[in-house]
Amino acid sequence: MSNPTLSAMVGGAFAVAFGSLAATSAAAQMSKGDMEKMMKEKQAMTMKAMAGGKMEKCFGVALKGQNDCYAGAGTTCAGTSHADYQGNAFKLEPKGTCTTMNTPNGHGSLTPKA
Amino acid sequence: MTGRAARPLRFLHFAESAVPFPPSQSQDRVPPRGGVGLKAEHYRTIIETLPDVGFFEVHAENYMGAGGPPHRYLSAIRERYRLSLHGVGLSIGADRPLDRDHLQRLAQLIDRYRPGLFSEHLAWSSHGASFFNDLLPIPYTNASLVRVADHIDEVQAALGRQMLLENPSTYVAFAESSYSETDFIAEVVRRTGCGLLLDVNNVYIACTNQQWDPVAYLEGFPLQHVREIHLAGYTSEADEKGRRLLIDTHDRPVAEIVWFLFARAVRRTGAVPTLIEWDKDVPAWPDLKREAERAEAVMRFVGSEAA
Amino acid sequence: MQLCELQHEFAAALLDPGRPTPAGLVGPDGVTSARRFAVYRNNIVAGLVETLRAAFPAVHRIVGADFFFAMARAYVVKNPPRSPVMLDYGAGFADFIARFEPAATLPYLVDVARIERAWSESYHAREAIPIDPCEFSAIRPDRLPTMRLAVHPSLRVVRSRFPALTIWQMNIEGGAPAPVDLSLGENTLVLRPGSEVEVRLIPKGSAEFTEALIEKRPVLKALEAALMVNSGFDLAGNLFDLIKAGALTGYDLAGAAR
Repeated sequence: MSNPTLSAMVGGAFAVAFGSLAATSAAAQMSKGDMEKMMKEKQAMTMKAMAGGKMEKCFGVALKGQNDCYAGAGTTCAGTSHADYQGNAFKLEPKGTCTTMNTPNGHGSLTPKA
Repeated sequence: MTGRAARPLRFLHFAESAVPFPPSQSQDRVPPRGGVGLKAEHYRTIIETLPDVGFFEVHAENYMGAGGPPHRYLSAIRERYRLSLHGVGLSIGADRPLDRDHLQRLAQLIDRYRPGLFSEHLAWSSHGASFFNDLLPIPYTNASLVRVADHIDEVQAALGRQMLLENPSTYVAFAESSYSETDFIAEVVRRTGCGLLLDVNNVYIACTNQQWDPVAYLEGFPLQHVREIHLAGYTSEADEKGRRLLIDTHDRPVAEIVWFLFARAVRRTGAVPTLIEWDKDVPAWPDLKREAERAEAVMRFVGSEAA
Repeated sequence: MQLCELQHEFAAALLDPGRPTPAGLVGPDGVTSARRFAVYRNNIVAGLVETLRAAFPAVHRIVGADFFFAMARAYVVKNPPRSPVMLDYGAGFADFIARFEPAATLPYLVDVARIERAWSESYHAREAIPIDPCEFSAIRPDRLPTMRLAVHPSLRVVRSRFPALTIWQMNIEGGAPAPVDLSLGENTLVLRPGSEVEVRLIPKGSAEFTEALIEKRPVLKALEAALMVNSGFDLAGNLFDLIKAGALTGYDLAGAAR
């Protein structure tokens, strides 16, 4: 595409985006039942899209669900009685949930398909 | 050289004013009640139920991020409660200049949240380019004394207020120490005009680990300068010779022996802001609050005892 | 011994268990005690490992506790904190994982770590007020292509050729690990417009577009970057999503900053 064409796209895109935003805020006048129905449909679509690993159209529903203690332990002036683990990772295999992370197309395969 | 030049100025400052540092504004003053170390686990409960607690204390370094939920919660909580600010990263005992950027960050936090108390540790944690996330011990010698006093002078000048110095929990002793811990601390107070944060759990840990008598330790401690008390739980282990070695883990209730020493200290200090520190395996809010209530009950009882 | 010298030896021995206990560190009998000194060594390493565990919970769950502790230990002894502000500790952990051979059997682990790191950065990022989209209507359309957008300080993008977001979500608290198709790449947008960090799956081209905006490149250049990977890139849809999410905070028309 030529630069003038792209520039025109940009020029128009903000207006289109603004139009979509205005349409969304019109949703505020919808009844509560309609609103819930719409949200449920949207969530179902997003879940379906996520399950399929495909979602080309929109950012979808934001995932949340971490608590405030999650962002690092922060400082403490306490010591610890937990013994420092001296294990050698080079002799270990990762042994957590990764064992269930098989691809549906080949059990045990952890490498990506070409 | 700069340290020596600063000393006469400090004494001049003392001579001009009977109170070297003005007390914090009365609306910010931390009351002589039981307080609780603020944990992220309890943010919501506190904001939603507004429990009756004397004050909250936070680690300064945990609020040195640029923004986000920690500041939002602390701002909301500060609107309703008095606050004590407790630093863990200033490295006052290090034989190197204080981190100016860190002092600046502390000054900004104090400006923003107006804590009634500010405290730091008699310890070091920075060396070279590295920061060690622990409170490392210092030998009690003349050289350390000069260094610690100079650093406290600098902190108090930079922040424009008195700081409280906390007695450490130690696991080793230094063969070269020439002061007892209490004499060293008393001399720091005399030289700098700082106040003290008496950590009673640390007293018991240090005394057990060093085989000192904790009652004698409290007798020798300059209790008249204590402005705050800390209480916490410890874990009991043993060294290579089977001697008891207590670790300052803050992961359980305050031990009975520490409550006993607390009551003994409070008989001399009177009621002071007393904080429950519980940083690991943090309990449900009611259990934590109960510890603070117990501290208040001890202070009330001691206050009502016959003279 | 000079105080400085003593602290130098103390510090060196803290992170290197091969070094002997510095002389003069004694128990109550005046005799050097290695076990007592080991408490400090333990506090530091265990404390830093715990900090990483708290900041990378999904990585921890994916590899299991033993592996995580061994891997984190290898990181912390080489990378002690440089600042007393520990909120930022672990900035290099994802890059470390990328070079950490025993983790090579889990090629997606690095990207999960990057999402967790982006989450932490976003959580502590500076506050900013999202722009009112009406403001864009005041700009002449022919000026929009060269306009640069100011993005929220908490905005981060993580690209992955694996389904890193799905794997992350399955391994945070409340998630349930299940089989995934590793050939399906996922790009992730992380943002904290209010008090909660939000994590979203973004379509093809959006990562390139958003990254270009973060780098303060003009909207037209960002669009070109997006079209390189997705000829069907939906510019209006992406602007709509970014504005609606609260990711845009202002604009700059060739120097005339809002």
